[in-house]
Amino acid sequence: MSTQIEKEKSEEAAEESEAETEAGPQERRMSEKRARTEARERRRQQREQVRETEETVTLKVFRYDPEVEGKEEPRFDEFLVPFHKGMTVLDALIYARDHYDSSLTFRHSCRQAVCGSDALFVNGQQRLGCKTQLADLDDPVRVEPLPHQDVVKDLVVDMEHFYEQMHAVEPYFQPDDLPDGELEEQRQSPENRERIKMSTRCIWCGACMSSCNIAAGDNQYLGPAAINMAYRFAMDEREGENRKEARMRIVEQEHGVWRCQTQFSCTEVCPKDIPLTEHIQELKREAVKSNLKFW
Amino acid sequence: MYEHDVLVVGAGGAGLRAAIAAHEEGADVALVSKLHPVRSHTGAAEGGINAALHPEDSWELHAYDTIKGSDYLGDAPAVETFAQDAPEEVVQLEHWGMPFSREEDGRVSQRPFGGLSHPRTTYAGAETGHHLLHTMYDQVVKRGIEVYEEWHVLDLAVTDHDDVADRECHGVVAYDIASGEVEGFRAADGVILATGGPGQVYDHTTNAVANTGDGYAMAYRAGVPLEDMEFVQFHPTTLPSTGVLISEGVRGEGGILYNDEEERFMFEHGYANNEGELASRDVVSRAELTEVNEGRGIEDEYVHLDMRHLGEERILDRLENILHLAEDFEGVDGLEEPMPVKPGQHYQMGGVEVDENGQTCVDGLYAAGETACVSLHGANRLGGNALPELLVYGARAGKHAAGGDMKDPEIETGPGAKSEDGNLDAADLVGAVGGSDQSAVADGAAVEPRSVVDATVERARERVERLLEAEGINHAHVRDDIQETMTANVNVFRREESLREALSDLREARERYQHVAVSDPSRTYNTDLIHTIETRNVLDVAEAITVGALAREEFRGAHWREQYQYRDDENWLKHTMLTWSAGSPELYFKPVVLDGEDKTYEPKERSY
Repeated sequence: MSTQIEKEKSEEAAEESEAETEAGPQERRMSEKRARTEARERRRQQREQVRETEETVTLKVFRYDPEVEGKEEPRFDEFLVPFHKGMTVLDALIYARDHYDSSLTFRHSCRQAVCGSDALFVNGQQRLGCKTQLADLDDPVRVEPLPHQDVVKDLVVDMEHFYEQMHAVEPYFQPDDLPDGELEEQRQSPENRERIKMSTRCIWCGACMSSCNIAAGDNQYLGPAAINMAYRFAMDEREGENRKEARMRIVEQEHGVWRCQTQFSCTEVCPKDIPLTEHIQELKREAVKSNLKFW
Repeated sequence: MYEHDVLVVGAGGAGLRAAIAAHEEGADVALVSKLHPVRSHTGAAEGGINAALHPEDSWELHAYDTIKGSDYLGDAPAVETFAQDAPEEVVQLEHWGMPFSREEDGRVSQRPFGGLSHPRTTYAGAETGHHLLHTMYDQVVKRGIEVYEEWHVLDLAVTDHDDVADRECHGVVAYDIASGEVEGFRAADGVILATGGPGQVYDHTTNAVANTGDGYAMAYRAGVPLEDMEFVQFHPTTLPSTGVLISEGVRGEGGILYNDEEERFMFEHGYANNEGELASRDVVSRAELTEVNEGRGIEDEYVHLDMRHLGEERILDRLENILHLAEDFEGVDGLEEPMPVKPGQHYQMGGVEVDENGQTCVDGLYAAGETACVSLHGANRLGGNALPELLVYGARAGKHAAGGDMKDPEIETGPGAKSEDGNLDAADLVGAVGGSDQSAVADGAAVEPRSVVDATVERARERVERLLEAEGINHAHVRDDIQETMTANVNVFRREESLREALSDLREARERYQHVAVSDPSRTYNTDLIHTIETRNVLDVAEAITVGALAREEFRGAHWREQYQYRDDENWLKHTMLTWSAGSPELYFKPVVLDGEDKTYEPKERSY
């Protein structure tokens, strides 16, 4: 049942061409034979396990590994996973890895939507695997790596560019001065804390950036997460006015806030419900206001 | 070989704080972590950070509460240093921009927490750890501190002197997950272990999948004693299906626990007549399980935590994150219905033996945060004391490793601190299966720092090759067996025969581990290999916990024994030490230090 249709076709093709050409290295044939046997065995095991349970979910998972034979060309593998109430996409991936194929690779850690490791493209939308209920999805469930990022292997993407954009907005607090007294904290009104609250929830999962058409077309665009980070500090009243101006200059640059076309795709996919588009719009308004001031 | 003055292994709260402190001391410091820093499990901490900030509060009260909470197994110098440094550390965080929850006057809010005599817990909603982690990562970015992210540290490069007190740590060997390269990292001044907790020893845990106890296991293999490992905290409010944590903040704000008969059992069944739901965590966890065991649990599994009466406004203001967690992971609307909760493994009180400056008995090797045991938490950690610990002791370790000027420690470490032989022969109980994976430390007479690192790298490369080439079983089955026996036999309630059964299961798991192999042949992002290596660490830690639990014949804090229903100060006011320094494991004891700066903490009956 773990039918990898594309793969089986290519295996047949490989057999044919081997039969025709000169001494195809025996080793390779043997290894392919082993792979087929293993695949058969896997399907058998899956069927057996599945018979014991009533409900199942079919996962179609993107596979790719640049250095492993048979995986250099991207393909989809199917895994039939027993379903139980409350099961998430991440649970299903873990089941498939631990029971069928230990080379199935994906990032995950906290299982509770705070580490931001497992943003995936599930049935055509960016979502966190750990907080996406299988019950809410159409079967089969198609799981792919985040679009618009280089795939390292299977569901793992290269996050380097995302991190660079986050670091580009000076993502650290820079107060003009600090209170003198011993153990004296800075004051911040509950209203101001409320204003930045949503923006501080970002878990750096990259779902927003992956969903953004603009970011896909303009590699230098800061992107929703980084602009939200800039918002978090620019709106924090504990930083001074000069610092805010410096922050505004960063987001006003050519590849900053003005690139956003308010399509709301980032806001839709954000697993922490951060109103990203609103924050970008608010920074645009701030930018207009502060520019008018100098005229 | 990469070279730095100070290497910090792990980039959660303790690791980041240590790196910042070392950097401020002028050291060339680098973080080496198997996760990108913001993925660390510090980010899942919810409730808050205890610090005596209010004029009516004092570090002395905080120290007293902590010692009482520890059931008199915390060492006074560790506790007092902690309580004294915590306020400064919290204000430092605020100065770094941490978005704390605020009062109307703009000051940082503080709320009540279990076992505290004063509302002392600062917080940022119910996602304090997330904000703490990100605020400190921001500072690491600002300072340009080098981060080797997604590098998994495999072992420590330590000399092999016979006496562990003569050994020196010169660096680590790490595996680059992205490329599959095994490389040496030389540390001229110190290596700081900040790898977090061992939750993966259990199957119902609030911990992340990455919390495999790597630091404990590496230090243990290098000959450093593990201290009080039997003290495992089971948090009373975790979601039954996933183990996701529901913050103590819910009870701090007034949340109530009910059994199936809708009794407020903490009071009605006399578990804690004064503090009720806000008794110490060990007390509440045992109460919940007793209710379930006596047939008053819901679905024979859990109890209810109700916060509806707090009102939507207060819940949204202070506990909003809890609503999301209950909905996403248990399908329950906390505004409309009570939340199902049961105890889950949460925190390791014990750990790598260190002094107040974070030093182990091996020169150049430090530990901080959950990985370390100073000992601050003793037999039970108070809610809200983990985050200030990682700040205070992360900073101290970083500063000391970087050569900062600090007071000499009062807590003794290493074999010299031993006061008494163990009551069990550890060699009969743990790690008795042979095999080259068992070697404790670098072999050969290598003493020159670089050659110690080189030799460690060589051994690690061989191990990786062997795992990749061998045919064998999937580590996941071994890990399942470990988790199953630990959850069944070394949980909240502990019985001698169950503990012995666990040790026998673990020995079997160790034998099976000899036959594990990695079936993914790839050098690129091979998580099969990483998890296989982690499972070895899980196994080492599981054994240490179980041996400690079997050795300690009393009921203290989180450690409950069926046959020994009282705290026995006459015989057990001492730390359980497990070491593996001379090719075989040894169990021994060292005394608890109850003498503080100005006072002695006399053990009293602990009631809430």
